[in-house]
Amino acid sequence: MNPVTIHDHECGIGEIPGTHTHDHGEAGQRVDLATTLAGVTLPNPVLTASGCSAAGRELAPFMDVSDLGAVVTKSVMLRPRSGRATPRMAETPSGMLNSIGLQGPGIDAFLEHDLPWLAERGARAVVSIAGGTVEEFAELARRLVGVPALVLLEVNISCPNVASRGQVFACDPLAAADVVRAVKAEANGVPVFAKLSPDVTDIVAIAQSCVDAGADGLSMINTLLGMLIDTETMRPVLAGVTGGLSGPAIRPVAVRCVWQVHAALPDVPILGMGGILTGLDALQFLLAGASAVSVGTAVFHDPSAPTRVLSELRAELTRRGVRRLSDVVGAAHREPQR
Amino acid sequence: MTGSQVKARVVSVEPVGAYFLITLDAPAIAAAVEPGQFVAVAVGGPDTAMLLRRSFALYTADPSTGRIQIVVAEHGRGTAWLVRVGAGTPLDVVGPLGRPFTLPAEPGTAVLVAGGYGSAPMFDLARRLRAAGSAVHIVVGAGSADRLFGIDEARDVADSVAVTTDDGSAGVRGLVTDAVPALLGSPGATSVYACGPMAMLRAVGEMAAVYDVPCQVAVEESMACGIGVCMTCVLPVVGVDGRSRMVRSCVEGPVFDAERVRWKDVGSLPADVVGAGAMGAH
Ligand SMILES: Cc1cc2nc3c(=O)[nH]c(=O)nc-3n(C[C@H](O)[C@H](O)[C@H](O)COP(=O)(O)O)c2cc1C
Ligand code: FES
Repeated sequence: MNPVTIHDHECGIGEIPGTHTHDHGEAGQRVDLATTLAGVTLPNPVLTASGCSAAGRELAPFMDVSDLGAVVTKSVMLRPRSGRATPRMAETPSGMLNSIGLQGPGIDAFLEHDLPWLAERGARAVVSIAGGTVEEFAELARRLVGVPALVLLEVNISCPNVASRGQVFACDPLAAADVVRAVKAEANGVPVFAKLSPDVTDIVAIAQSCVDAGADGLSMINTLLGMLIDTETMRPVLAGVTGGLSGPAIRPVAVRCVWQVHAALPDVPILGMGGILTGLDALQFLLAGASAVSVGTAVFHDPSAPTRVLSELRAELTRRGVRRLSDVVGAAHREPQR
Repeated sequence: MTGSQVKARVVSVEPVGAYFLITLDAPAIAAAVEPGQFVAVAVGGPDTAMLLRRSFALYTADPSTGRIQIVVAEHGRGTAWLVRVGAGTPLDVVGPLGRPFTLPAEPGTAVLVAGGYGSAPMFDLARRLRAAGSAVHIVVGAGSADRLFGIDEARDVADSVAVTTDDGSAGVRGLVTDAVPALLGSPGATSVYACGPMAMLRAVGEMAAVYDVPCQVAVEESMACGIGVCMTCVLPVVGVDGRSRMVRSCVEGPVFDAERVRWKDVGSLPADVVGAGAMGAH
């Protein structure tokens, strides 16, 4: 199957004939897209986002998932989880609200069905884990370490913490650190990334706390809490009342978060995300300090978005004469040379 | 199987009563459609602020011309854009998607029930049922005459057609479901197929259960992606193991056995659904 997309218009600024080469760069040198996240080298910096590509299988008609830097799987919990009632989704300007509620099959089914599929295809898996308690996170890490395809653990501390009534771990530096420390203790060398929420007063403080607790890197950002009211029914649209806002609407917030954390913690690798639709969007995150990016909501709009973003990014870097991806990571922080 | 993503040129957009019939040039999709399947269309054109795809049941798919047709009711910004696209506009379309209606193993008598533009997938289904030797009876209902779609065509593809409207502007005044029991009660109805609003599907499903006739319904849940990755389109469905799960209507559906759908629990989270206990206080 050879899907054709019509997203040539989304490649960003005006095309210069002959330079906008997508997959097959005709320019002499090819940009080296390899990136390293806490010792893990990925062939390129474009990944899926947790919860936006399931465990990769549904993308198979649209791409070879092993072409991606990695597949970030939907946050898995210990037990099967039904998720919330519907409606779970609402479109908003340049974005959407979701209140899925972490629906998933639980770790047993995930290990039996989902990861082997990725491993068979030679894809790399970043497995996102979520728990209601610190112990659940640790148990998940224990179950996952050593499993084929796993290259990295992403700890979704931005999910609801039942124990503290709807608070999320990522909103409290101490709670966030507890989770990271517990996962790290089980990870046996697999790098651990903490996924941060932007809904905090000072994201740098949370980031610092996670790093102090042993996080090898940071994923940011998760969705922002939002809400939509139906003016006909005069009631909230989502069954869960509030939901997570994602998509291009949140991109400036996400870029700002990556910028602030990279400025404060320049040696900590960042997986950046939030509203990436195009290669140029991805480039913004890299320039702000991310070493790799996740493409989330864009997949709902365009199922081939991750590979399209990758080829657009390659073309844009080639066009700028960039040789190595690492040359642009954090480059926006550096004063131009005169 | 999941469909492919194509750039489909708009051949035409024609008003049909309260709806619009959109014809697209999409050979890759037209080649492999089964009745009940749908397409997911990106709306708003370049730089759109509307990120979510709109899903539409396929009305026709002709492998020889490479064309597909969908019936669109304008009810929001996305569909408002769609029904005004000019001929020649390339649309980003993914399809065919979802599980189609299944034909009975043996020929029999099929009752097809459609509400509003829910009739769109029924004509192809009727043709296939008849080609396989079944008798076909169609019941179509809508709020008013302009919201009935394809009545003349129904007469071509069915042994009988009953029409109802809420306001009596066409056919018999009343609900589409009013016309169903007579057909199910008459001897020999062996299968029921329905497509339309949830309340109608539920009513038809419950009637079919009373008459002990197997019933398949194509549900209309709101779908963000159409390909199974977002988990927004779920509804509680009883599995073969007797346990209920929140099931994605875009990949496990849109066609379900009516008796497996927990109609009264759609839009809520029944406590006995697998994994409901893990939701805790949330
Ligand atoms: C429907 C949906 C489900 C999501 N599920 C998860 C999840 O399970 N775990 C997680 O860490 N993030 C989840 N996210 C957040 C995304 O991974 C991402 O951080 C966020 O949406 C911002 O990126 P985007 O704008 O590219 O989507 C979800 C987002 C959406 C839209
Ligand atoms: S519409 Fe996204 S999973 Fe069904």
